Amino acid sequence: MSDLTRKTAAELSELMASKQASSVEVTQAHLDRIAAVDGSVKAFLHVDTEGALAQAAAVDAKRAAGEELGPLAGVPLALKDVLTQEGVPTTAGSKILEGWKPPYDSTVVKRLKAAGIVILGKTNMDEFAMGSSTENSAYGTTHNPWDLTRIPGGSGGGSSAAISAWEAPLAIGTDTGGSIRQPGAFTGTVGVKPTYGGTSRYGLIALASSLDTPGPCARTTLDAALLHEAIAGWDPMDSTSINQDVPPVVAAARNGDVSGLRIGVVKELGGDGYQPGVEARFHEAVELLTKLGAEVVEVSCPHFEYALPAYYLILPSEASSNLAKFDAMRYGLRVGDDGTNSAETVTGLSREAGFGDEVKRRIILGTHALSSGYYDAYYGQAQKVRTLIARDFIKAYEQVDVLVSPATPTTAFAIGDRINDPIAMYKNDLCTIPSNLAGNAAASFPCGLADEDGLPVGFHVMAPVMRDDLLYTVGAALESALAEKWGGVLMSKAPELVVNR
Amino acid sequence: MPSITREEVAHLARLARIELSDAELDHLAPQLDQIITLVGQVSQVAADDIPPTSHALPLTNVMREDENVPCLTPEQALSGAPAAEAQRFRVPRILEED
Repeated sequence: MSDLTRKTAAELSELMASKQASSVEVTQAHLDRIAAVDGSVKAFLHVDTEGALAQAAAVDAKRAAGEELGPLAGVPLALKDVLTQEGVPTTAGSKILEGWKPPYDSTVVKRLKAAGIVILGKTNMDEFAMGSSTENSAYGTTHNPWDLTRIPGGSGGGSSAAISAWEAPLAIGTDTGGSIRQPGAFTGTVGVKPTYGGTSRYGLIALASSLDTPGPCARTTLDAALLHEAIAGWDPMDSTSINQDVPPVVAAARNGDVSGLRIGVVKELGGDGYQPGVEARFHEAVELLTKLGAEVVEVSCPHFEYALPAYYLILPSEASSNLAKFDAMRYGLRVGDDGTNSAETVTGLSREAGFGDEVKRRIILGTHALSSGYYDAYYGQAQKVRTLIARDFIKAYEQVDVLVSPATPTTAFAIGDRINDPIAMYKNDLCTIPSNLAGNAAASFPCGLADEDGLPVGFHVMAPVMRDDLLYTVGAALESALAEKWGGVLMSKAPELVVNR
Repeated sequence: MPSITREEVAHLARLARIELSDAELDHLAPQLDQIITLVGQVSQVAADDIPPTSHALPLTNVMREDENVPCLTPEQALSGAPAAEAQRFRVPRILEED
């Protein structure tokens, strides 16, 4: 049988439905691939070999018994370590949660299990999803499978690296400022941030509650749509969950017709600071969409330039409050409990030992932004800027159906390059942050390799709230046109990793 | 003049219950100064008459019936506790000694 790890989720699903492969075989093939290459990629923090094979065997048994199964039943998946899975270590990339085994499943995990999706293990990430490179993980950096000396993006670098290293066909990420889309762009894969509230935050270890959004990562648009459909929809356990039908994402991914679609190129997301190879691939993709019948115009969103500063006030403010729960009392690391130290001292010592630099920076920044005397100038003003950014989107969507930009200003940078320069690191997310602030749906699709470095470039699509289907329409159109041009999908150009036998 | 002093960073860290060593303060204070200069750009936007957005989408509060539903057992709730005793979380002393 041809290599099961090179198949898409949709192809694996067909193979299993027609009994040409079992889920145990498919799962074992991916576990073998992880054993062979993860020593150099380091995408996984925990591989749940036993649990995954048990889930796979259960799906096979149901299929043998003739039970009706969902479209992704038996397909393996890599789960970002920020979502709880009962009994499986969950760290959010932090020392403060080392060894913690959650006593409950997040809603996303519940839905994955209900769909028969096999969870292979937990993927690496920047600590508490704070970062754009996975270098802020307390457990070491993940390496980009396209070039192991480069970062895979972040915070969900482990999830995107896992799928681009053929360790899993599907992965789950979470996107607060670009943590699904930026790693997708850097690894030549698809990353989708659904509409805020379109996927449940229950059991997602919170970074910024008004921004956090779980979503799908995959190698193809259709696979991402199938996973999106499996995890999305109203959840009474999340008070900000949207009680509406899931947009028809799978139908859109299968259709991919952009004729007559009005596409706006965001004027402010390009030019100075953007790598020439990124801009070249982006503009070629726009031309391709024009040839396919889309109407392309330039659109101005004048307040987007203030999205980054507003975000770095809103996010740390919410994070400083959310992370107050790590107090060393009920779970997680406890340091200095020697019988004489007070609870307050133990909390302070535990947080010093358990949190990394970036987490400390952001908690202190958030505490500052919320403190009396500064609140109006910082947090209050940032919330007003948030309104202006949302209004830019509303105005733009009066003229066009979707907005587009490069997903990131540059391709993946070298490990160590920006880790001591927080501001250079933050600028990775220039293009992705506005959609988090406004809550709309957005995605990154692979659109080629930059000439300078041969690394993947992401094409960013932003659709109105609850029009997630439009992302897939554009992504599918672009994917098939590019595959025709290249004679295959972008991932087929990825270099072969050295296999450890 | 820095936008935030080393002393202010030390004070904020205390408020946030993070003990910081001198070396950490030396490292973090100048970085925070840069970051605060960056985020201070929001003040360039004229927004006096603009309403704040705390949440991207207009949502109303969600209520449910006050009914008993299955929840964690005491064993599950205590499963991650750094220390537990008699089905309770054991914590360090919370009051000062006389």
